[in-house]
Amino acid sequence: MAGRSRELVRLSDEALLSLVATSDEDALAELYDRFGGIAYGLALRILRDDALAQDAVQEAFLSVWRTADRFLAERARASTWILTLVHRRAVDLVRREDRRRGEPLEAAPEPAASETVEEEATLGFQRRVVQEALRRLPPEQREALELGYYGGLTQSQLAERLDQPLGTIKSRMFTGLARLRELLAQAGLEESFSN
Amino acid sequence: MANDVHALVGPYALDALDEGDEQSFEQHLALCERCREELAGLREAAASLAYGAPRAVPPPELKERILAQARAERSNVVPLQRRRSWSAPLAAAAAVAACAAVVLGIWASSLSNSKDPLENVLSKPGSRLVSMGRAGGVAVAPDGTAVLAVAFPPAPSDKTYEAWVIDAGKAKPAGLFRGRAGTSIVELPRRVGSGAVVAVTLERKGGVQQPTSKPLAQSEKVTT
Repeated sequence: MAGRSRELVRLSDEALLSLVATSDEDALAELYDRFGGIAYGLALRILRDDALAQDAVQEAFLSVWRTADRFLAERARASTWILTLVHRRAVDLVRREDRRRGEPLEAAPEPAASETVEEEATLGFQRRVVQEALRRLPPEQREALELGYYGGLTQSQLAERLDQPLGTIKSRMFTGLARLRELLAQAGLEESFSN
Repeated sequence: MANDVHALVGPYALDALDEGDEQSFEQHLALCERCREELAGLREAAASLAYGAPRAVPPPELKERILAQARAERSNVVPLQRRRSWSAPLAAAAAVAACAAVVLGIWASSLSNSKDPLENVLSKPGSRLVSMGRAGGVAVAPDGTAVLAVAFPPAPSDKTYEAWVIDAGKAKPAGLFRGRAGTSIVELPRRVGSGAVVAVTLERKGGVQQPTSKPLAQSEKVTT
């Protein structure tokens, strides 16, 4: 129903998730249109493999479909909830893959990003702000966040790789995220991420 | 030891815990309000990192595959997977979902009317539905604009339904409505802030300044 999709475009992410909880497929499609690109970019960054990245995104969106009712009692933003599911699936897959290969998939070059002009305009700003905030973190905190979040390394893998005590890694992750949050708030990004 | 568990919140927000630690932290999380609050903020920061990844365009067939699979699953009973729920007790979530179904059912049936007050609230970023049990629910936007969607039969002629916003233990009148067969959509003239509760009582015609009876329906605490 074309009229229906036009109406859905106007709904908040959270209201769309409420509709998804009632098994509304159009609402799922609209959420995919909003977050599918970000989700895929993230999964590809973590997995560095197109087929695996698609698997991660598919599993994450199907989890959204199956468990949207649980989100309703959460205090989180819908975007946070969805991207957390995507990240989770992607790191689960990358760890399984690493185990299969017997070693971490590392130092692979970043995938070439294929971007459309339109996407670049709408999302480029957010990306620049996040990258700038990362750059302003103390290097050891940035490293912990990047290797943990994009690299999919666990805290103990990270401790081993950096030859640091586990407690140091925990606190770098905590402090890094807390600082990142402040930097993003200062950049006024909370609003632009809310939808 | 307790401190050790608290310290896992950062790595947990990054999905960087090994399996055993993760399970013990999730058990801890169910009991520790402070960690839940901390986690909410850290998760948000972590999720924003997704926007820092190089952009890439997914193949169009990915969307089709996801939707086809979702369609195929729709007829099945929703599986209650326990893994990785953040904190929500399932029962509460189910109640909210039931309410969402009622409210959104009403909303969907009134889609053709673009002046729909319920849609106006639900279209604001961050707006959400708060359950009022079997009576229905209340849609609340982050700016406090709120619309009730509740099913109450017509009130007796000498009575009226009255909505209340209860904040810090104080009930303030938030509008009268008659009730009807089906669902009443009521725009509240008073803002509903975070932490407030919305309730409905049956009062004498003309309404009162303080509720005189027990609520017929009461919302969960609003969190925006």
